Amino acid sequence: MVEVSGLERVFSRPKSLLPVVTHYCPGCGHGITHRLVAEVIDELGIRERTVGVAPVGCAVLLYKYLDVDMYEAAHGRAPAIATGCKRVHPDLVVFTYQGDGDFAAIGTAESVHAAVRGERITTIFINNAIYGMTGGQMAPTTLVGQKTTTTPMGRMVERAGYPIRMSEMLATLDGAAYIARVAVSSAKYVVQAKRAIRRAFETQLKGLGYSMVEVLSHCPTDWHMTPLDATLWVEETMMKVFPLGEFKVPKELV
Amino acid sequence: MEKKFMNGNEAIAEAAVQAGCRYFFGYPITPQNEIPEYMSKRMPEVGGVYLQAESEVAAIYMVFGAAGAGGRVMTSSSSPGISLKQEGISYIAAAELPCLIVNIMRGGPGLGGIQPSQSDYFQATKGGGHGDYHLLVLAPSTVQEAVELTMDAFDLADKYRNPVMLLGDGYIGQMMEPVVFEKKPSPILPAKDWTITGAKGRKANLVKTLNLDPVILEQHNLKIQHKLQEMARNEVRVEHYLTDDAEVIIAAYGTVARIAKTAIQILRKKGVRAGLIRPITLYPFPYKAFEDIASRVKKILVAEMSLGQMVEDVKLGVCGRAHVRFYGRTGGMVPSYEELVMETERLVKEAL
Repeated sequence: MVEVSGLERVFSRPKSLLPVVTHYCPGCGHGITHRLVAEVIDELGIRERTVGVAPVGCAVLLYKYLDVDMYEAAHGRAPAIATGCKRVHPDLVVFTYQGDGDFAAIGTAESVHAAVRGERITTIFINNAIYGMTGGQMAPTTLVGQKTTTTPMGRMVERAGYPIRMSEMLATLDGAAYIARVAVSSAKYVVQAKRAIRRAFETQLKGLGYSMVEVLSHCPTDWHMTPLDATLWVEETMMKVFPLGEFKVPKELV
Repeated sequence: MEKKFMNGNEAIAEAAVQAGCRYFFGYPITPQNEIPEYMSKRMPEVGGVYLQAESEVAAIYMVFGAAGAGGRVMTSSSSPGISLKQEGISYIAAAELPCLIVNIMRGGPGLGGIQPSQSDYFQATKGGGHGDYHLLVLAPSTVQEAVELTMDAFDLADKYRNPVMLLGDGYIGQMMEPVVFEKKPSPILPAKDWTITGAKGRKANLVKTLNLDPVILEQHNLKIQHKLQEMARNEVRVEHYLTDDAEVIIAAYGTVARIAKTAIQILRKKGVRAGLIRPITLYPFPYKAFEDIASRVKKILVAEMSLGQMVEDVKLGVCGRAHVRFYGRTGGMVPSYEELVMETERLVKEAL
């Protein structure tokens, strides 16, 4: 890259992020979140001892985008795989990156019990209220009334129940040390999200227990919205059901 | 060498520890609970990890994670629990991760019962989970043999980068016998340079099972198949007992093979020249032993604690050149030696 003399370079690709084009749809929140994770890994200086576990879902190809050792897991089983790795190599920094189907439906038992054990791993949980990869079906976090390909009349509570709030649920567990919900819909929220992701990794580095950051993410394709409308829907509709905030912060980080 | 009096489950656990296994992930289920119980005490003594998972599903993926990280790792369960693990076993085979899975079989289907059975033969040897793969399956018939096969299992898993299953019935797990622990020196095993250890001073490693390109997936599956063919050339184990002069053969594995030996002694006293072929590796199956015997013995009785599973492999080996009869008990019932004597005599008397 050409450096212009006299100008300071203030923005570049994180070293932990590979210089490749991703498969994500335009306007998707995954790319932003990937970048935040990579920035945090770089800033903490842990790239050579970080291990990622990719989910089944839109982020299944995460291993193509991050320059760290990685597993690609079965649907929902990432926390169990991360557990196996962490128990063999306690000095590694192990994180899972999972969507709402992976983390909050098919893998709920693995998610909850990783937190119950206080497993020293970190989860980045992407909640976009829909199943992206399979084409827009209902997620466990789909809002009441939200239309998906399997709730064509909108999610009806009599038939499909209510959206699950994983952050609030996991925060009740003694083994969960750091739990936060963030968004990546605008610059302000992206800055907050990065801070939360950093604190989650710091929680693991200090050996304080399980850490999880729930990221409200936008899916313009399966929500059938423009990217701009999708970010507004996160802020005006999703946040009412999934309020942002740090639900649990270890005293060592305060 | 000191002899210890132990039940099969505890002996399997101790053998694993002495073979260098340092990671155990499992979930309680009868009749194999002595394995996790023993490990919960023993692993901390040797600096290893015992973890009681939230389910068999989680346990098998902890094995996936630990094996991918280069650990010598195992899990154990019994039939319904092994069914739960099948998804993970398929992924482990696909990712070519070495590990040991112990199945102390009980009667099924469904919740079934807790008495001994051999009705998971198909599941163990023919796949169990989805996709083109096989486990290397070892079937002990004594507690001592369970110890030896457990010790060998880890080396075999590393040698082929393939999961190994130790398939015992409930008797093998529960029976107490004197055992000696003597680990053979391990062969030179391939370097584990593919494992997840942190990408320090090297390119990042990746443990995965996704191959979206069918050309690549076919190549991957063929690579696995070549390993299995290599196993079939190198690793077949089978015991012949009084087969040299035999006019009739009993084919049985595990506990049933022991019952068959008693039946054969009785039959010989009665003038019937019976012999036993006991497969020790159920996969790769000793087809050649049956192919060879069928050239001179025309009557084979296959005895199992199932409604007829291994009998299909015996028939494949025999390939129509001998008459194959099946006798089995199921649901936790065990064939007596009297039953095997009677069935063998009936087969011998029959005109073909």
